[in-house]
Amino acid sequence: MAKTQLPDAILVNRYIDGDENSLAILVERHQSKIYGYIYSKVSDRDLTEDIFQETFFKVIHTLKSKKYYNEEGKFLSWVLRIANNLIVDKFRNDKKMLMKRDTDEFSVFSSLTDNAPNIEKELIKNQVDIDLKKIIQKLPHDQKEVLMMRYYSDMSFKEIADITGVSVNTTLGRMRYAITNLRKVIEKNQIYLPS
Amino acid sequence: MAKLYSKRKLAPKKMLPKKETIRLILQYSCALNIVKVGNMSFDTIAN
Repeated sequence: MAKTQLPDAILVNRYIDGDENSLAILVERHQSKIYGYIYSKVSDRDLTEDIFQETFFKVIHTLKSKKYYNEEGKFLSWVLRIANNLIVDKFRNDKKMLMKRDTDEFSVFSSLTDNAPNIEKELIKNQVDIDLKKIIQKLPHDQKEVLMMRYYSDMSFKEIADITGVSVNTTLGRMRYAITNLRKVIEKNQIYLPS
Repeated sequence: MAKLYSKRKLAPKKMLPKKETIRLILQYSCALNIVKVGNMSFDTIAN
């Protein structure tokens, strides 16, 4: 695999082991997102450069001293957290918050996203939940029981097997039949369930 | 009339730091050496 395609976790480990080029790849890979994130908060090019630089100084220091950082494939979010802390420190020192404005050069919406479902999606989801529960009620009791415990009570198959007094294999079989029957009912009645 | 309400925004440019900033970061990384002695750690920056 080409070095530039290696995942962050491997590059971080290589960097900790002394491979300076790995850091260059990580910086190249994430510079736009990190820089854009900082700029979205401070709206000042020079300040963004300073904070970007300081963020990576902290990253380098932390990685080289082999402390704090626990890699779980989340290098970018870790760096963004450091950047965010530096921004907060900066505003705390200045005791003021800048107001962000949309300009031709920068759109606040290019870096800010709202992942929360909107009202329409919420309504559709509620309707789907209601429809699904109605279909589940039509399943045979043993299959319905397994499905409800697995998806609505978040229980493991082992726990379900213990409670229902059957083997794990039987539980898995019931679950499979439940899913198959659900699909049949959905297809037969041409019910639309958006994912 | 439509023009008044449909001012076309420029596509947001990809924001990138200055090349000097990147160079400085990489140089700092090469220069920094951290030595641990017992509970203490010493930072040295090579010229």
